[in-house]
This record gives sequence, C-alpha cells and structure tokens, in this order.
Amino acid sequence: MNNIGKNSFDIGYLDTLAAGDSSLHHLDPRAKLITTCAFIITVVSFDKYALAVLIPFFIYPVALISIGGLPAEYLLKKAFLVCPFAVLVGIFNPLVDREIIFHIGAIGIPGGWVSFLSILLRFVLTVTAALILVSLTGFNRVCEALLQLGVPKAFVVQLLFFYRYIFVLTDEAERMVRARSLRAFNASAMGLRNFISLAGHLLLRTLDRAERIYRAMCCRGFDGHIRIIRSSKIRCQEVVFASAWLFVFVLLRFFNVSLKIGDVIMGLFQ
Amino acid sequence: MSHHIVEAADLHYAYPDGTVGLRGVSFHISHGESVALVGENGAGKSTLLLHLNGYLSASRGTLRIGDYLLTPKNLNAVRRSVGMVFQNPDDQLFMPTVFDDVAFGPLNLGLEKQEVLRAVTQALETVGVAHLTKRPPYKLSQGEKRSVAIATVLAMSPDILVMDEPTSSLDPRSRRRLIELLKTFQHTKIIATHDLDMALDVCERTVVLHCGQVTADGKTKEILQNEELLRASSLERPLAMQRCPACSTPKKPVV
Repeated sequence: MNNIGKNSFDIGYLDTLAAGDSSLHHLDPRAKLITTCAFIITVVSFDKYALAVLIPFFIYPVALISIGGLPAEYLLKKAFLVCPFAVLVGIFNPLVDREIIFHIGAIGIPGGWVSFLSILLRFVLTVTAALILVSLTGFNRVCEALLQLGVPKAFVVQLLFFYRYIFVLTDEAERMVRARSLRAFNASAMGLRNFISLAGHLLLRTLDRAERIYRAMCCRGFDGHIRIIRSSKIRCQEVVFASAWLFVFVLLRFFNVSLKIGDVIMGLFQ
Repeated sequence: MSHHIVEAADLHYAYPDGTVGLRGVSFHISHGESVALVGENGAGKSTLLLHLNGYLSASRGTLRIGDYLLTPKNLNAVRRSVGMVFQNPDDQLFMPTVFDDVAFGPLNLGLEKQEVLRAVTQALETVGVAHLTKRPPYKLSQGEKRSVAIATVLAMSPDILVMDEPTSSLDPRSRRRLIELLKTFQHTKIIATHDLDMALDVCERTVVLHCGQVTADGKTKEILQNEELLRASSLERPLAMQRCPACSTPKKPVV
C-alpha cells in the first residue's frame, strides 16, 4: 500500500477509536468541544516566552488519554506528522531574537530559542487536544456539536462533506498513482509534468463527482439545507466534566503552578 | 392505482458539446411494470435516466411521470415520485452515517421525527441492512453500499424506481440477493443494465436503445432471443439462454 492509502486509512482509525466505550466517549460532544476550545485558547493565551508554565497543561491530554483508553503513541505520531508547520512558523525566531533572557548555569539562553520551543510545546498540546477530541467523539459528532453551538450551517456542512469525501478522494488519488507507478519503471521520480497531469485529472474527476453527488442530493429533495436528527442532551456529567476542566485551566493560567511546585521542592532540599 | 406511469414522447437531447444523447425516444410504461433498458455503452441509457428525474430536460418532446408533465414547476413532485438509484453508491451516499443518509430524503420531505425514524428503520430492514445504521458509508462493502443506496430511495416511498446498473461490481451472491429483492418490489421499475440475465429474471419487458433511439420494445424473453437485434446493439444472449458449456446442449428455453 502506498503512503496516500496508508494515511487515509489512519485517519479512519480515529473513527474506530471514537466507537470506544469509556465514560469520556459517552459524554455529550458539546461538553468535550467546549473544554477542548477552552484548553486551546488558554494554551495560546500565554506570552511568547512562556515555557515552564505550559508544562502542567500536559495533565489534560494525559488524563484524557488514560481515562479514554486511547493509544498515546498513535496520537503523538499523528501530532508530529504536522509538526513541520510549527517548525516553519518558529524557525526564524532564534535568528531574529538573540537577546539573552535567562541563564542555565553559565549558558545564556536567547529569547528566540525560548519562543521557538514555546511554539513547539503549544503546538503539541493543541494538536494533541484536537486529536483527542476527535478520537473520543468522532468527527461527525464534533460537527453536530458545532452546529448545536451555533456555528453557521454552511461551514459545518462543508466540513462534513470534506470528511466524507477525503476517503473517496484519497482512494481515487491512490489508484491514479498506482496506475502511473505500474507503468513508470523509475517509480521514485514523478516529475513536474506528470504531477501536474495527475493533479489536473484528480481535479476534473472531483468536479465530475461533485456534479454526481449534487444530482443525487437533488433527487432526494435537497433544497440547500442539510437536516440531521440529533438526540444528545446535556446531563450532570457534562456540566461536571466541563466546569472541572475549566476550573483547572483558569488555575493553571493565573497561578504559576510550576513555580510553586519548584519552590516546594527547593524548600524540601533546604 | 393506474397513475404510476412513465410516458416519453419524441424525446430529443444533445449535450452542450454537441454529442447527441437522444434522438426521438418514445415509450409508455404502465403502473407496476418492470422494464429493462438495455443497449451498448453510449446508447443513451444514462441520458434517458437523467431525464426521468428532471436533471436533464429534453430539447424536444415531452415526458409524463405519473400525473405530472415534467416541467420546472413540477420538478419537486416528480422527484418525490421517482426514486433514483445511481450506478456508483459512493455518489449517492454522502452523509456521515448510514442512518443520516437514509433519513436525508424523508427529512427533506418535511416528515416528523417519529415518521422519519420509522421510514428509515423500515427501509433498512427491507434491504436487510438494519445492523449498519451507525456505520459510516465509506466503510461498507460494495454490496452493503448498494443495499443502503436502495434504502435511501425506498425511505422516500417512491412510486417509480429507476436504477442505473444496479448489479455492477457486485459479487455473485450479493447480485443474487439484489435480484431477489427487486422481485419483491411492487413499484414501477426502470432498470438500465448490461446484466441481461438480471433483466431476464426481474423485468418482463425490455426496451433496447441504440444511438439514442428505441430500436426494440417488447417482452424480455423475445427480445433476448433475437440474435440479429442483440448483435446490432452490441449485446449477446444472456448466459441462461446460451448453450451449456459442458455438454453443448441448448439450455431449456425460458418460458
């Protein structure tokens, strides 16, 4: 199996995880969505040199992974897969910002490196949180929650279609790449011309498919609105889950827990 | 109950690029009839099917579906009464789960929640895939996808069922199951297919299309024995009507 197929299959694995049976899986998706958003906002709200204060936030992914019985290694691998984007965002910080902001022993640490590491840390935290949300809920139910929380329908429908057809599209791309590689004996070198032709064909096929899907929708009375039956409701568990985590986030945001723990440990040694 | 009819009169259609799809197609299909639409690739079968739900509109000629003449004004009523099963189930199953997909049509018809639930359950049970309700469509086998695609249409209680190559890419067992299922439907059925054995099993009447024209219209078993007609339409006798490959004796004629 080539990489395209393997990666799309991997995305599908998130849905398999979402079919789990832990207490977290059974929570209303809205509670998990709100908590995840609050977590992400809190994590990104620190100033650019924040490093130590971010460490305690790992309690959230660690707790959810262990209670939800999720495979930590798989989630981390997926998070690192998109890591190059974060590296690209922060890679120039060490070059631009060379001001020493603190010392470890005799070594002065420039602000650029601290902010770069801070970006990477935030990236791992936020991406892992989002992956955990999908693994505990399933992409479709996350979309339902978005709809229930008032996100515009057009946006949610686009997301749903994107997720539904990403598999069909990767399947199509995989077949095209396979067909090419079977006749291109130097399989590693695709060449720009071949790539443009493949991408163009894929686009045309996608347009054709979009037309056929629209036709199928019209046949079943599509009038511009997607209607979905929902039966989820907010119970006591959801309120407890969301408020407990929100409390933890506020605590970690406004009190430097790392510093306090450090002080306590230093006190013990003295 | 004599109103589930399909009547085409002198239908003409040409695609925007100039390719002629239909050249004066006429037929009358009455209530409860099961009709196979056969012909070579490019004969105009799919083009004709797309006219039946008003997706394409003829440049000349008229089409009457049930009580309605197909006009832009009657489009919704026509789509309500014609259930169309597409060739590729991946085009037809676009919702996140099987349940949502089957419920899509009934919800658009404005049914109450309880009625939608009943329609979905009944449709899924009819095609024997009630256990797939919560599954995402892309994870189903081809046979399961096809069954769900049929359920999405049945849930809207159509009067007329239109199917494009329903047995394509099915394994023999799924194909047989589908044939048995189709036989149980009381709807008026129009099935475009290359599977002439299926046509023989399910449809008592066959319309042959060739280059956008109807070249024959009559009883399936008579048409499928007309060697000359079949050859002219790039078709061949269904296996059930061919000689036995082991002993070369002609198979028992279909009565």
